[in-house]
Amino acid sequence: MLDISTLHYLVVGAALFLLGVIGVLTRRNVVIVLMSIELILNAVNLNLVALSRYWQGMHGPGSLHGQVFAIFVITDAAAEAAVGLGILIAFFRNKETVNVDEVNLLKW
Amino acid sequence: MNPIAPPNPPVATPFFFYLLSGTMILGGILVITRKNAVHSALALITTLLAQAGLYLMLYAPFVAGVQIILYAGGIMVLFLFVIMLINIERNMKERQFNKQWLVGIVAAAALGGLFIAVYTKGTTLFSSARFAYRDPASLYAESGNTQGVAALLFDQHTGMYMFAFEIASLLLLVAIIGAVVMAKKRI
Repeated sequence: MLDISTLHYLVVGAALFLLGVIGVLTRRNVVIVLMSIELILNAVNLNLVALSRYWQGMHGPGSLHGQVFAIFVITDAAAEAAVGLGILIAFFRNKETVNVDEVNLLKW
Repeated sequence: MNPIAPPNPPVATPFFFYLLSGTMILGGILVITRKNAVHSALALITTLLAQAGLYLMLYAPFVAGVQIILYAGGIMVLFLFVIMLINIERNMKERQFNKQWLVGIVAAAALGGLFIAVYTKGTTLFSSARFAYRDPASLYAESGNTQGVAALLFDQHTGMYMFAFEIASLLLLVAIIGAVVMAKKRI
């Protein structure tokens, strides 16, 4: 337990992923659901960078593929957060609520 | 390629790892349980900053800088602006967890069981992932990290992510136009 290996980082990433999944599945507030999605993306980034370090140990100090992938994931998270919050603002302007339960106009 | 002894030493002691990962997990728990959305946003900022610390421990200073500047400094500020714009006071007095919270917890517990099964039984795949980094004699010059990332992105001979970089900029353009169109009063 005292020496930190790659598995430690993967377990922390898995725990963050689980917290994000619980947040997406159980919360009613749309903003908190979007923040839980950001938690999920951060867990994925932690996995990518930890395994990039592991890969570097085997393939030389220039193999930073996981870090480049993590940068692209951060870019994608920014784009998705912007569009998601735009949709939230548009919806809030129509219905005056931020509950996920009340987004039911397409329900049969 | 020696699969038994990964030679990259960590930057700091296990104390910092447990401190930073404990801060991350505590921040994550606060994000999903707080009633006030501003409290959740501040807890998420704490999680992101602790994760930048973990990136520094993993010898990724460029990704740590990008995380702090873009994620904690850009995306979370955007979240706080939107929380300010929408009227969230009424939502704070209502019920916070939806009716399927038990099913959600069961689904997440099943996913957690799957992760535990993978990480305890899957060590034959990553046989050296359970060994700690224990080579203090090797020295990696940290001034090479940004140059290494730039080489993978931009270099003529080793840059294999140039196309993905251009597509990412196109994605950001589409996201900007989409966000502006979504938030306009009259299109």
